[in-house]
Amino acid sequence: MFRKILIANRGEIAVRVLRACHEMGIAAVAVYSDVDRAALHVRKADEAHPIGAAAASESYLNIHKILDVAERSGADAIHPGYGFLSENAKFAQACVDAGVKFIGPTAAAMEAMGSKTRARQAMEKAGVPFVPGTSRGVESLAEAEQVAAKVGYPVMLKAAAGGGGKGMRLVHAREELKSSLEAARSEAERSFGDSEVYIEKAIVNPRHIEMQVLADEHGNTVYLGERECSLQRRHQKVLEEAPSPVVDADMRRRMGEVAVRVAQAANYTNAGTVEFLVDQGKNFYFLEMNTRLQVEHPVTELITELDLVHLQIRIAAGEKLPFKQSDVRIRGHAIECRIYAEDPDNNYFPSPGKITLLLEPAGPGIRIDGGIYEGWTVPIDYDPLLAKLIGYGADREQAIARLTRALGEYFAGGIKTNIALFRRILRAADFRAARLDTGFLDRMLKRPEDNPADSKTAEVAAIAAGLFAALGATERGARNGAGSGLPASEKPASNWKSVSRSEALR
Amino acid sequence: MLYDIAIDGRNYRLELDCAEGRWSCRLNGRNFEVDAVLARPDVLSLRVGNLAYEVKSERVANGLHLWVGNTRFAVEVRDPRSLRGRIRAGDDQGPRKIVAPMPGKVVRLLVREGDEVEPGRGVAVVEAMKMQNEIKSPKRGTVQKILVTEGAAVNAGDVLAIVE
Repeated sequence: MFRKILIANRGEIAVRVLRACHEMGIAAVAVYSDVDRAALHVRKADEAHPIGAAAASESYLNIHKILDVAERSGADAIHPGYGFLSENAKFAQACVDAGVKFIGPTAAAMEAMGSKTRARQAMEKAGVPFVPGTSRGVESLAEAEQVAAKVGYPVMLKAAAGGGGKGMRLVHAREELKSSLEAARSEAERSFGDSEVYIEKAIVNPRHIEMQVLADEHGNTVYLGERECSLQRRHQKVLEEAPSPVVDADMRRRMGEVAVRVAQAANYTNAGTVEFLVDQGKNFYFLEMNTRLQVEHPVTELITELDLVHLQIRIAAGEKLPFKQSDVRIRGHAIECRIYAEDPDNNYFPSPGKITLLLEPAGPGIRIDGGIYEGWTVPIDYDPLLAKLIGYGADREQAIARLTRALGEYFAGGIKTNIALFRRILRAADFRAARLDTGFLDRMLKRPEDNPADSKTAEVAAIAAGLFAALGATERGARNGAGSGLPASEKPASNWKSVSRSEALR
Repeated sequence: MLYDIAIDGRNYRLELDCAEGRWSCRLNGRNFEVDAVLARPDVLSLRVGNLAYEVKSERVANGLHLWVGNTRFAVEVRDPRSLRGRIRAGDDQGPRKIVAPMPGKVVRLLVREGDEVEPGRGVAVVEAMKMQNEIKSPKRGTVQKILVTEGAAVNAGDVLAIVE
């Protein structure tokens, strides 16, 4: 087993991996950029090394600097987390060359899966079901028109090197194809330095369901059940659950077996995820493979009672999978809410800043994987994910009830978060009835929120405002300046409020 | 103690007094039985009669928010004996400040001083956490002043430009 692992990441996932290291008696080495000195993963680490400026290219994406820390610290393995270098085949290979174990698949397996078109060619050979379309990039508009006519509109244009919705365009009719193709190509070129774009039939209101796989380095590959990830905004997942409410045991087995074939076709090792689109007839189509630990891995952990990070580390250390496919049991239901620093009043734009107050829920069936603490300033430089709140129950209803209760307890002050969005999702009749698809959130957000301000609660707020002011004054007097209440009466009124109020009424 | 309090724009007059650990409270002329404990900074455990509330307080760029349970209220507290905090800008008349809604970096300015703008016209693009946000003019007018440069770091509430 490893003695020391370098975690080439930040935020909640760095903390998650660090916890696994400590549970296994392994020392954890953190790296951090200039703006992350006070970050939670640094506080909790056994060793911490600065790796440069805030810009990810200067720090968390800098292969040379990270390998330099690995050498100086004597780490014998590197966990890449997700994002940053986690799916970078060059990095995986550089680790091998430097004699440090990369906790993840080999560079060759990553390359086979990294390009969506190449993955598709390999998978077609393995008999994996696909959304109808091209398996290689389209060369010309004429070819694009031909393919689109063959599979039928609407079609989706996708960047071969893409991800996160970049370089994607939905095309409803032939007239839109030319401009969409140009837009998708230039966006792909700008985002990934590769303008290759391919065409797929667009599945209307699909579900997005993915299968967790795990493969050791001795030829054993298993699937650990699916996750329903249909709740998305801007092609980013917002809420995930496991198991999927539409997948029964037979469908799970069929999807799982396909996922295992996908992994085996690429000689895949360690943890990976095979994503599928599922249409309204419950037909599933291979979308892509994510060659890393996923953000939403905790829901799978809760329903399988497995610790995926422990298993990743053990597999990387050369151990065999400690169980067989027939030992995997799905038990209960888990739902994850991705708590982002974003402003619901401003179209969910990122809202970093200082966390002045943090009240976190606890109690039965609640897990929080977070990377934040009260008093910390969320930097503007990275992804706005603050924490993941995961609810577990014996069934979906109980998981929803526990999560709803926990969301009621959850409060982050000083920054805007999307916590209230989850209360709304969990109340929605369609969510409760598990009528989910990738358009669910956009449709829900278009409807006005039925939230009449209640005059009695406003009176309570007025009384509280006065009490805060009065108690703040008393406390300040008693503690000689260490005021804990709010000197609200001393705050000059500002025009910003009236500006923002009339903004909101526009 | 006497306070003028605005909750989401609605005005209340609150009289509070504390004698021997007991509060007396009159809100808009009605008496309420209240009991309050500051559980920790910014968290008030409040009883009104026997109903219990947890109230959180949060300072934001454009003022103060109180959360009663999960309901948010924009709050202004004024001590009527003080003359401060009485200035108000005319709503659509006069100059309007355009502020950054979040901390970030000004990546692009979309107007120059002297430009005529319509309501909704983009004034600047502010980037935070890999997302670009176009900040729009709230009104028709002339860009009187631009207070930031491209590449500048801004905090929430910082004034980017003034439209007259």
